[in-house]
Amino acid sequence: MHLKTTSSPFTEEQVQLLNQLLPTLSAEQKIWLSGYISAQSFASEVVPTSSTEPVMSDHSPINATVLYGSQTGNSQSVAETLALRLQEIGIDADLHSMRDYKTKELKSVERLFLIISTHGEGEPPDNAIGFYEHAFSRKMPKLDGVQFSVLSLGDESYEFFCQTGKELDDLFEKLGGERIVQRADCDVDFEEVANEWVNEVVTKMTDNQQSAKAPSTSLTPLTGNPPSQYSRSNPYHAEVLENINLNGRGSNKETRHIELSLEDSGFTFSPGDSIGIFPENDELIVHQLLELTNWDGNLEVTINKNNDTVSLREALLKQYEITVLTKPLLTKTKQWMNEEGVDDLIREGNQDQLRDYLEGRDLIDYIKDFGPIQTSAEEFVATLRKIPPRLYSIASSHLANEDEVHLTVSAVRYDLNERARSGVCSVQCAERTEVGGALPIFVQKNDNFRLPIDPDAPIIMVGPGTGVAPYRSFLEEREELDASGKSWLFFGDQHFVTDFLYQVDWQRWLSNGTLTKMDVAFSRDTDEKIYVQHRMKEQSKELYNWIDAGATIYVCGDEKQMAQDVHATLTEIIAEEGNYTTEEADSFLKKLQQEQRYQRDVY
Amino acid sequence: MANENNVHIQNGPPSDVEEIKEKSNYLRGTLEETLANPITAGIPDEDNRLMKFHGSYLQDDRDLRNERRKQKLEPAHQFMVRVRAPGGVATPKQWLAMDELATQYGNGTLKLTTRQAFQIHGIIKWNMKETVHAINESLMDTLAACGDVNRNVMLNPNPDLSSVHQEVYEWASKLSEYLSPRTRAYHEIWLGEEKITSSKEDEQEPMYGKLYLPRKFKMGIAIPPSNDVDVFSQDIGLIAIIENDQLIGFNVSVGGGMGMTHGDENTYPQLSRMIGFCTPEQVTDISEKLITIQRDYGNRNERKYARFKYTIDARGLDWLKTELQERLGYELAESKPFEFTHNGDRYGWVKGANNRWNYTLFIQNGRIKDDDDYRLMTALREIAQIHTGEFRLSANQNLVISNITTPKKKAIRDIFENYNIVAEDQLSALRKSSMACVSFPTCGLAMAESERYLPSLVDKLEETVNEAGLRNKEIVIRMSGCPNGCSRAALAEIGFIGKAPGKYNLYLGGGFKGERLSKMYKENIGEEEILSILRPLLIDYGKNRETEEHFGDYVIRAGYIQETSDGTNFHQ
Repeated sequence: MHLKTTSSPFTEEQVQLLNQLLPTLSAEQKIWLSGYISAQSFASEVVPTSSTEPVMSDHSPINATVLYGSQTGNSQSVAETLALRLQEIGIDADLHSMRDYKTKELKSVERLFLIISTHGEGEPPDNAIGFYEHAFSRKMPKLDGVQFSVLSLGDESYEFFCQTGKELDDLFEKLGGERIVQRADCDVDFEEVANEWVNEVVTKMTDNQQSAKAPSTSLTPLTGNPPSQYSRSNPYHAEVLENINLNGRGSNKETRHIELSLEDSGFTFSPGDSIGIFPENDELIVHQLLELTNWDGNLEVTINKNNDTVSLREALLKQYEITVLTKPLLTKTKQWMNEEGVDDLIREGNQDQLRDYLEGRDLIDYIKDFGPIQTSAEEFVATLRKIPPRLYSIASSHLANEDEVHLTVSAVRYDLNERARSGVCSVQCAERTEVGGALPIFVQKNDNFRLPIDPDAPIIMVGPGTGVAPYRSFLEEREELDASGKSWLFFGDQHFVTDFLYQVDWQRWLSNGTLTKMDVAFSRDTDEKIYVQHRMKEQSKELYNWIDAGATIYVCGDEKQMAQDVHATLTEIIAEEGNYTTEEADSFLKKLQQEQRYQRDVY
Repeated sequence: MANENNVHIQNGPPSDVEEIKEKSNYLRGTLEETLANPITAGIPDEDNRLMKFHGSYLQDDRDLRNERRKQKLEPAHQFMVRVRAPGGVATPKQWLAMDELATQYGNGTLKLTTRQAFQIHGIIKWNMKETVHAINESLMDTLAACGDVNRNVMLNPNPDLSSVHQEVYEWASKLSEYLSPRTRAYHEIWLGEEKITSSKEDEQEPMYGKLYLPRKFKMGIAIPPSNDVDVFSQDIGLIAIIENDQLIGFNVSVGGGMGMTHGDENTYPQLSRMIGFCTPEQVTDISEKLITIQRDYGNRNERKYARFKYTIDARGLDWLKTELQERLGYELAESKPFEFTHNGDRYGWVKGANNRWNYTLFIQNGRIKDDDDYRLMTALREIAQIHTGEFRLSANQNLVISNITTPKKKAIRDIFENYNIVAEDQLSALRKSSMACVSFPTCGLAMAESERYLPSLVDKLEETVNEAGLRNKEIVIRMSGCPNGCSRAALAEIGFIGKAPGKYNLYLGGGFKGERLSKMYKENIGEEEILSILRPLLIDYGKNRETEEHFGDYVIRAGYIQETSDGTNFHQ
């Protein structure tokens, strides 16, 4: 995209600025921008007097900066909502991903709103690492007088819940910032808390402006596409068209390929996006829980602030999380349990034992170990958190299959304390989801995992196990677009014969040229365990050449082990092949990350 | 003389396979690369064509084919490796090597084939080089075990049968070696030997040339009175002529072959026909000349018409004799009289001329494996660990443990006892005369079950056989899963050739000595009909047969079926 003064209505200076800006925009950003501009002009058409009688004409425009660090897109959607709501009340709100934000602008910022998630062992999301490191470096300016507020997203079942948000919130205060709204920490069912925080910020800013404009209450993310009536808060019940085990006989694994109908959903999605599924608990576990507690499953219980009621059985099936234990849950419920015992478990200095205890245990274990419960069912279940949706990377292209979406779901099963345990959603998909049935779903955008806009740009895809799912979407899309960019896929799993997920698809794409090159690592076929990073290392030179030629690197899959090993291997390869020191290779990778040429979707 | 309009005579350009061979650079093709390709456990069709010459086929577990297709997985590709053992002779050490390879890389079973070879099934591509390498380490090989070349040379395995057996065995080995391909491709690909490029074609493959033969080529040597190798089913069948305990030479017969194609009556099983007698010293020369005739005249356009039998039938036996004489420079002598009495095996203990023992063990369909209650593979492994003689594979998929010393005889009997290995006298003669090819799940050509089905069919037939008083009467019963005829079903007294899952053509009237082809009695029938047809026939035979009259002869005499006097009237 290149504008000329002769062919556009802009001045030379405007054209220069636009030409600087436009090439840096992602596809999503362009869509957002066009939507934003047309919405603005639409607004000015409907209210023709607004330009002469602006609501806030008495005030000089207030600036605010909204930054988000997002791995799965939740922070981004909240940030977009906040920015929009601030703009609605006339505030000049600047929305940035932390990755794109120029940190030197922190020196002149006046109001700063930060929405950031936490991953793994208390780490920032990939696209916020640069910002985070800058914030804690000596380069970070003072924030004297800067008004700020932080919203942190996380998962209470992790030890370092909302850690990144907490750290930045502390830091901004220490740097002299003025916290105008208390930080809110969201659990996986983030909507309610996030909504309240957004409302609070907007109210505060409205007060600041002495504007009479009342805040609206809905949480509607901006979207470039005509919005579907379905969303996270109003999931679409998608018919299951296909549900196949991708693992051949004799495999240790069960990976389901699930095809869902999107007909009439209005959903659109891009390669890299995910589908959120609201799971239901296993009836057997609910049954066991009711037996253990002697609760009456027919008891009507209130499930939300609107005082809607359903039967206890129904609530335990569909509303509440009963298969995960968290420290906050223990803290809130200990008064009705063997309090001394729970206290001993959650006491300061006992983190390791607590982590061991929480790992893999569920509510039934908790009640068996610390019960019986000395309160009513209603009071107890009110402390449970809402069952969160599970996100699965989309494994198909919207362009190629308009009315369908394909998912790759690995069934999680293990034994603990003589009980067979299973992942709520994955095993629901594996065992309790039949073709013809339906799953409540929504589309979760993920702008941090996107194909290059340029179809000729090379891509390197690393995705062992179910991490390979988005690449099926990538290649379907590229095949559909007739893209000529080279592509290289690294896949791994346990056994070639049984675990080569989507084997015939890759074979087809290799033979028709959609996929240029593929390397595989099957860890249990050889005496020595071979993983994707070993295959990458074997091809160091060529891999570096691809990167050097502008390839974007994608990594999807396991966060704890794989993503770190792959990262370390990439650093080694860059250092060796590019003649860099480890530190230089590190910043090389960081730069790639900044330029969105190193993108990860890890979990 | 040749009829140029004969359907069997080449009338068109060479087939795709000929092109593959031509481009293959003496069987190399792109095998090195495709064997290394990590994305598929298979190899492309073109390379699989060449793979056969190296003694291996790409197969897949057909039980899983459809299931895996739905799972977006390629077929469960695996290789079958066929190990040549001229005359079916292996040392205990070689037996142990086969056993180990089958366990380590194969599906844990060994198949003794109808052509006296070992087959290991279920080898994954990544283990192929190690497997073939280990086979060579054991001083056996797989080269030319399949493909458009001369295959394993068959020979009666029973050393006690004749004092000249060893001498005939040496001729069989010599023939096998003499007729082997000369290409270095095998050594390069499997044994990692250095590439030697030769510019002169005749240095590469002096007899075969770069196109090799138009189709497979089979040879067997029978030592009368046993016709266990089914000498008339061979492209070249040699019959050892022994006078005064001396091997004086071989009767030469040509143009036998079992394969046909359903629905094409221009294809048919055929028996080889006698063209004369030669001395032992002439046998390699004659075999070579016969092979070159087939090389030069065989149909290279249509593979189903490419066997030597059609080359000969299209032109007549006299033409062949003339052509052979021209190439030899001399005429074959008149064939000598001989007599066959059977084509089945003789089971149990026999004391040989050298005071050593031989034991012929019935192996159901040649499959050696361990079942929970029948651990045949382990028993034979233990025998191989103590045995000092040989293991000899019979043409009926059975096993002769030969040259057993008297003390070892006791040890071997103990092992049989420990593992409850069924003694031959506990089995019906029908079962001991039964033979099935592999078929499902590994054979790509299979149309119906064979090896996995015949035992249960025999169970059911045994009821009738017992009732008819025929429990100890040998009736040769054979099943093939497709019309290619690996089990030589068209020579059986009761033959089944698969048409579709659960459906077979039933053939009757084959000769007990392997001297006569059968004829189709009923087409495309399932088990119920098979049993209801065979029951009255067997009862009738039990009642009305003459002493020593065989079932195959009886059904013709009693008018149930017409005699097939020649392959060309097989379908009439």
